[in-house]
Amino acid sequence: MGQLALIGLLCTPALGAVLLAAIPRYRLAAALNMTLCALTLSCAAALYRHRPQPSLYLLVDDLNTVFLFVGALVGFSTSVFSAGYIAHELQTRRLKARDLRFYHAMYQLLMFAMNLALVSNNIGLMWVAIELATLTTVMMVGIYRTNAALEAAWKYFILGSVGIALALFGTILVYLAAQEHLGQGMVAMAWDRLTVSSASFDPSLLNLSFVFLLLGYGTKVGLVPVHAWLPDAHAEGPTPISAVLSGLLLNVALFALLRFKLIIAGNPHVLAPGPMMVTMGFTSLLFAGFMLYRRRDIKRMFAYSSIEHMGIITLAFGLGGPIASFAGLLHMTMHSLTKSAIFFGVGYISQLEGTQRTADIRGLTHSQPLLGWLLVLGVVAIAGLPPFGIFTSEFLLVTSTFARSPWLAILLVTGLLIAFSALALRLHGLAFGDTDRRHLLPAWRLAPMTLHLLLVAAAGVYLPAPVVAWFRHVASQLG
Amino acid sequence: MSPLDSDIAHLLAGSMVLLSFLLLYQDRMFALLNVFAFHAFALAGSVAWQAFEQRAPHLFITALIALLFKGVVIPVALRRIVVRLGIHRTIDTVVSIGPTMLFGIALVGLSIVVMLPVTQAEGAFVREDLAFALSVVLLGFLMMVTRRNAVSQVIGFMSLENGLVLAASGARGMPLVVEISVGFSVLIAFIVIGIFLFRIRERFDTVDLQALDMSRGES
Repeated sequence: MGQLALIGLLCTPALGAVLLAAIPRYRLAAALNMTLCALTLSCAAALYRHRPQPSLYLLVDDLNTVFLFVGALVGFSTSVFSAGYIAHELQTRRLKARDLRFYHAMYQLLMFAMNLALVSNNIGLMWVAIELATLTTVMMVGIYRTNAALEAAWKYFILGSVGIALALFGTILVYLAAQEHLGQGMVAMAWDRLTVSSASFDPSLLNLSFVFLLLGYGTKVGLVPVHAWLPDAHAEGPTPISAVLSGLLLNVALFALLRFKLIIAGNPHVLAPGPMMVTMGFTSLLFAGFMLYRRRDIKRMFAYSSIEHMGIITLAFGLGGPIASFAGLLHMTMHSLTKSAIFFGVGYISQLEGTQRTADIRGLTHSQPLLGWLLVLGVVAIAGLPPFGIFTSEFLLVTSTFARSPWLAILLVTGLLIAFSALALRLHGLAFGDTDRRHLLPAWRLAPMTLHLLLVAAAGVYLPAPVVAWFRHVASQLG
Repeated sequence: MSPLDSDIAHLLAGSMVLLSFLLLYQDRMFALLNVFAFHAFALAGSVAWQAFEQRAPHLFITALIALLFKGVVIPVALRRIVVRLGIHRTIDTVVSIGPTMLFGIALVGLSIVVMLPVTQAEGAFVREDLAFALSVVLLGFLMMVTRRNAVSQVIGFMSLENGLVLAASGARGMPLVVEISVGFSVLIAFIVIGIFLFRIRERFDTVDLQALDMSRGES
């Protein structure tokens, strides 16, 4: 059963990519895209109960099931959103039918690469999968072929490649440290063997490797100062890709970082990886918070908000301990759901208004009441106000930080407040004010956004006991 | 292993560092491409020597990829692009050559200072190979940072990647080296095709990345 689900998780998107590349009709392709994502989601859900035996290449454990499930869920609802979004792009001739064939194939290939990165037990295989995910997203970011889109794709390509190159150097160093004790070959790259025996590895090699890994995979997470690709890639690509980038790809890179953190943390003689992660996370939070103020492009603004939240999550995992790690996991889940919901809304808004400039968008609650109010709710959620789930995770993080290092907590709260007021300031102009525009949008197109926000609200009010137990268990493993 | 064996390995890896400096120093496009081809040849020799030393025949594939793909195909393709886009004039640099070279020397010093103590447990063969590899990686970075032009940034990235392949082949018995080098070749092919097909020249009328910055909504 577990083995079957694992095969399904990898083969569905891989075969789907081939299939979708061959289908010229976009309606059929969009429907198939949704079906494939739904299948992948059910496989990911099945893996929660039935775990296959770990092999040298693949591994399903408590940590990656969380990421797999969140990823498959966001992937599925994005495919629903994407069906409505691309229909409009085709009408306005921004994309041609041939582009869409490419787009759908790349979408499934991205799902495959991310699932592979998450379930791989081999640090080399994980690296290859993340490189593949980078390549597919680069192609999708550049799909509009406008100057800005090409520039964004180019920048993402170069910075992403540099990040991935650094991560490879770190991976080589980890292998070098491991092969003295585990022997040469695949064994010294298997993640589960590495964590068990990392205590006897050469600490100085591990120290050096973590610097490379943090910078390398940190580039993909979008941590300051290696974040420069992220706002451009979010702003210039198709909006479903912005949703998938923020909701999924950043998490996968963070997951890679967490895997390596566990290896490093297993060795008592190594510099603690936590403080480095806290520093980078906190810098990202503060920097992105200030950058939020002067954004003129609505997608760019929410991209900076993603940097801010990835900073918070990295800080939480860097801080460690059961409560902070729990808060980190919860925050990651909530951020994925909320940010993709916001991008769903922003995608429709930019299509209806015909612009991404915040100054030109006014009075959304009048022109399109349902969409407008959903956006208000989304921004309220992402800003960390109750009753939404992000409030819960931020509250947990702040309290656990206060208990351990009050000064850091004060800085953390300052950062959160800076970002909060920036979002509140912008939201007012976007959502309220007079406008004589009226837009019509079929209600079903807002279903994915509504579903995500409902989930986030529900998690903020009441987190079911099995979920708490699951997250708590994972948090205890993360240390 | 006899001292001569490791001397040969050092000669080949060391010549890559030297060629990285030459890349930094070049201010003409065609010369840059030629030096890069030599860089790839040195990599191929170095990896082939490792394959021979470690009795690891699969590394010969990596060496062959380096020799044919990076040593021949890519320089030829880039040369055609350069001619087509008409950018064979001198290369704009952000920092002038002198300070860049000094900084490069400092980076090589840094990588030796960092790598040698860390890899005490390894044999001299692996240690110095890794120190050379890190130098090549850092010099590649320096080149990417100091060049404005897209083609020379790509060359910087490829020389960086040559350093990574050198490191991976030097790590004894590391699996997936061949796969990774194939993966990198695909990545590079995409970059090169990207320059050409994204029509950076046609769209922006320049391959100068500073001009790309302008097209963004921010500035």
